[in-house]
Amino acid sequence: MRVLVTGGSSLLARATAESLLARGDEVVLLQRNPAPLDTPQLLGDVRDAEFVHSAVAGCDAVVHLAAKVGVIGSWHDYRSINVDGTANVVAAARHHGVARFVHVSTPSVAHAGDALVGVGATPAVTGRKGAWYAESKAIAEQMVQGAASDALPIVIIRPHLVWGPGDTQLVGRIVERARAGRLALVGDGAALIDTTYIDNASSALVAALDAVEPGAACLGKAYVIANGEPRPVAELVAGICGAAAIDITPRRVPRRLAVAAGALVERVWALRGAEAGEPPLTRFLAEQLGTAHWFDPRPAQRDLGWAPTVSIDEGLARLAAWFCEQV
Amino acid sequence: MSPAARLAPALPTAAQWQQWDIDPAWSRTLDVPGHDGAVHRWHLLDTGAPDLADAPTAAGRPTIVCVHGNPTWAALWRTVLQRLGPRYRVIAVDQLGMGYSARPGLRRYADRVADLGDVIDALGVAGPIVVVGHDWGGAVAMGWAVSPRAAGRLAGMVLCNTGIAVPIGRKAPRLIRVAATGPVTSLVGHRTRTFVEGTFALSTTRLDATTRAALRAPYRRASSRAAIAEFVDDVPFTPDHPSAAALDAVAHALTTLDVPVLLAWGATDPVFDDDFAHDLAARLPHADLHRFARSGHLSPVEHTADVAGVIDTWLTERVVAGDRSPVAVPVAAEPATSGSGHTPTWAALEARADDHSVAYTDGATGATITFAALHTRVMGIARGLAERGVRPGDRIALLTPPGPDLLAAVYGCWRAGAVTVIADRGLGLRGLGGAVRAARVQWVIGPRQALAAARAMRWAPGARLIAVGDRASMGAECTLDQLAASTAPLPAEPAANDAAAVLYTSGATGPAKGVRYRHGQLAAQRDALGRAYGITATDRLVAAFAPFALYGPALGITSCIPDVDVTTPGALTADALAAACASIDATIVFASPAALANVVRTARPGDRHLAALRLVLSAGAPVPIATLRSMSALCPAAELHTPYGMTECLPVADVDLVTLEAVGSGRGVCVGHPVQGAVVTIAPLGFDATAPITAVGTGLTGEVLVRAPWLSDGYDQLWRTQRDARPADPVDHGVWHRSGDVGHLDDQGRLWIEGRSVHVVHTEHGPVTPVPLEVAVEALPGVARCAAVGVGPHGCQQVVVVLERPDGEAGLAEPADAVQVRAAVTQPVAAVLQVAALPVDIRHNTKIDRTALAIWAAAVLAGDRAKAPR
Repeated sequence: MRVLVTGGSSLLARATAESLLARGDEVVLLQRNPAPLDTPQLLGDVRDAEFVHSAVAGCDAVVHLAAKVGVIGSWHDYRSINVDGTANVVAAARHHGVARFVHVSTPSVAHAGDALVGVGATPAVTGRKGAWYAESKAIAEQMVQGAASDALPIVIIRPHLVWGPGDTQLVGRIVERARAGRLALVGDGAALIDTTYIDNASSALVAALDAVEPGAACLGKAYVIANGEPRPVAELVAGICGAAAIDITPRRVPRRLAVAAGALVERVWALRGAEAGEPPLTRFLAEQLGTAHWFDPRPAQRDLGWAPTVSIDEGLARLAAWFCEQV
Repeated sequence: MSPAARLAPALPTAAQWQQWDIDPAWSRTLDVPGHDGAVHRWHLLDTGAPDLADAPTAAGRPTIVCVHGNPTWAALWRTVLQRLGPRYRVIAVDQLGMGYSARPGLRRYADRVADLGDVIDALGVAGPIVVVGHDWGGAVAMGWAVSPRAAGRLAGMVLCNTGIAVPIGRKAPRLIRVAATGPVTSLVGHRTRTFVEGTFALSTTRLDATTRAALRAPYRRASSRAAIAEFVDDVPFTPDHPSAAALDAVAHALTTLDVPVLLAWGATDPVFDDDFAHDLAARLPHADLHRFARSGHLSPVEHTADVAGVIDTWLTERVVAGDRSPVAVPVAAEPATSGSGHTPTWAALEARADDHSVAYTDGATGATITFAALHTRVMGIARGLAERGVRPGDRIALLTPPGPDLLAAVYGCWRAGAVTVIADRGLGLRGLGGAVRAARVQWVIGPRQALAAARAMRWAPGARLIAVGDRASMGAECTLDQLAASTAPLPAEPAANDAAAVLYTSGATGPAKGVRYRHGQLAAQRDALGRAYGITATDRLVAAFAPFALYGPALGITSCIPDVDVTTPGALTADALAAACASIDATIVFASPAALANVVRTARPGDRHLAALRLVLSAGAPVPIATLRSMSALCPAAELHTPYGMTECLPVADVDLVTLEAVGSGRGVCVGHPVQGAVVTIAPLGFDATAPITAVGTGLTGEVLVRAPWLSDGYDQLWRTQRDARPADPVDHGVWHRSGDVGHLDDQGRLWIEGRSVHVVHTEHGPVTPVPLEVAVEALPGVARCAAVGVGPHGCQQVVVVLERPDGEAGLAEPADAVQVRAAVTQPVAAVLQVAALPVDIRHNTKIDRTALAIWAAAVLAGDRAKAPR
């Protein structure tokens, strides 16, 4: 099977491409900058419809990961990449008769800040003020869902907080801040958070690719992917710091204060512009780490025939080994 | 007011219906030609024909017609529509002048009954009809039910907090009487919204905002409220009232109704209270009664009453399946001691009528009573009760604390054929009052403080009072001593099948349930205990768990309650226990695990009175083996046994320390083999109590079902609880009792308990029972006690372990503890928390309230601030 993987420079895209290559699939990567992977790579922008069109040609399947993440940037950027870019990929896939399509989304398309306790993948909602990443991904997901059919079998996967060796989003930020002595926990640190070890996230995308076909139960549906091992956030942070051999006791920040501070920081950073980089604390992160976020694993297990294979503890051990190699 | 000023409010928009959690598609209007010659526009909520996969079986299903009262409207039945709508056509009408129906002007009771007939005819319902009514809607529903228009169509009737006549010996509800006083009616009902808002206050729990908004909606304008006042005005307080005769006729006709009837009742309704339920039950003796102890007048919308759920179950069983038999009740036991006839509980006292040895010693006061004196007193009380008019089956609340007066009163009542109502003092004052009120006693026996409380809090209005103590104060007509001095003839002995007792004990959650026993069942229980523990007339019992002292006279043995506050059994000291043992030269001790633990803590080795014991019994909650071992060291001659059972059936099984040492650790707590005469089976978790039961295999976990000749009759005034708890055996049609415990039988036939079924954690990997996990964690060094609870939705719950750390701050446990706990158990554990003290029950100080703990854990793990549980 020849699979186009978009957004090839991300951790999850690389892991997914590696899994596909390892089992004998052909993989073509699509992203803006070269990725350290020994497979054909097409460098370009998903906003470029013609480029996308030619990239999809000849592929049997698409795993669409390319997206603009974070909180920095204009609504125009988020919309053009996450919504219009996705529309380009879907249109090309339809035109070329792609047989399997996995759209990678995010659990944040369906909620805003409240505790999620053992819930499933509830429908994406739009109409947020701000939170452009989630809003653009929600619009994209609704559009993709509408495009799913027996002619273009699409399944939507929402991986929740993916981490692992080389991850700059979760692990990278926690470790960086811990090393700088600036790590603070939101609330009591007791909120139960489910996360996804990178290998489980990539195996879920591969499983979804194999499961989605005309008439499949997962066709047109969204699934939240996670390890199914929620842990108190303080334990997770301690585990990650432990893997990086950092011995610290994080400060505690009341949740309301953290959310308010996150909102303020977002506004200040927005004024500073893109060169300021991602801010240290965002409202999204404050909410993510201050309230429970865990999901019902059964729908994905049932419809995708997928189950995680690397436990949190095993993942932390691998992370520790990786940190050792970095030294 | 001119009819022109009466306006039905504009129909709600789809968005409004949705806000009230009501399907907009249910709302419709219907122009109905009325019996009065006018056409009236009715508004109704109609779920329409059910869209059923099993359409063929649906053919015979009745249509459910719901009638609200004053001042509510069809939205009152929201949960009934939601719950039953998928399987039945459910229609909730707005009575004329109410809700969103037309406002035609004054309708008296007879009109309203005819109106209901009109709309039902206009609906063109073909099949059978079950009519459901609340408040004055109940009276209207009853009126239709007995009318010729219902003949051949009525398949059943459900009544919630309503009435058809003022119960005998009562005045009309005071609130309604006041509201119906001329100008007050207009003021509270029509000109202001007092009546609408006031009705909300008649619910026992605060109604949720959605319900309040919905119920209030059609009555915002005075022009929409005229009928509210007229409804009140239509309540007849005098025989010449225009509606008095019509209501009276319906009340009399009710007795001829033979369709199934369910009374689903909020017990704390100050308007249509228990008296009204029992007035209806007297007119409809075949009615099933389910009483919601913590719900008030608006039972259909109160979250403490699952009215929709009870109606659902009841419809399935009584109307659709057509099962008219009484809910399964065990027949009273065969006599176990002798070949012929029943040996009543007072037989041993009669046998020792001339025995002047001590029957009972009070550890606190040192007071004693001999068998001869106790016998004389018991028979005297029986004579005195009969003399004062107590009839067989009359219920008598015994509010006397454990002691000689309680013993004499209990056996005296039993001998007189009265039914004793005994509430566990661990319930506290509120629970005690709730129990006495629920039991509807005709008599109360108690000391003056108890009688004062009963009067002040109206636990038993109208009941006759007997004082325990020197004088008959607090409205008591006589003292227990005066009763006991009676020389009137002894009444006839009650038979084995006659009712004997209603026991209220503290449940793990919710209000106490009354458990009914017959004389034969009590006698069989006495025999089972005697047999299981080889009790003979030479034994002498110290009952540190006070209720157990009641068995002394039945077993014909001397008993003693040690000096300890009965509400804190865990405070029993070794000295107090030794003193009690010394006072009667005891051979047997019965104590709760908490009491034993404290005895062990406070003991001085070498006490000869403890050393003389032959048997130590401990029950009520799992007994830590370490406590048994320590106790064994104090009384080396004694066998240490822990009976397993419950208020509904005791004993079920028994295990001794020697066996516990031999079996070692396993999945749960070993409670031993079933005692002789008791049978235990393990049913699949969550089995359907209405389908045939198939036991799970040896070693597999399921729900523990028990049966025995001494199994209690069942629950008082709790139709659905009784039905759910007492499945019939498919083979011999005998009755099982669902213990509510989960566990398994090992290959030796020993029963292991793994927790309560409501505490099972339903994870994505399957059910996880708490006790085996706790046993594993409590084996860790430094962990005294813990509890495993679940958080999250059923089917993907996460296991959380809560450690008891007396010095710890409530919240996450220390990281090292989390590591240790995860290593000790095989199941995935999401989080390890700690609290300074686990919440426990007041009765035994040992049963962990896992439900409260789970709520706390869920809040902490959702990201809320961690405070101590409860």
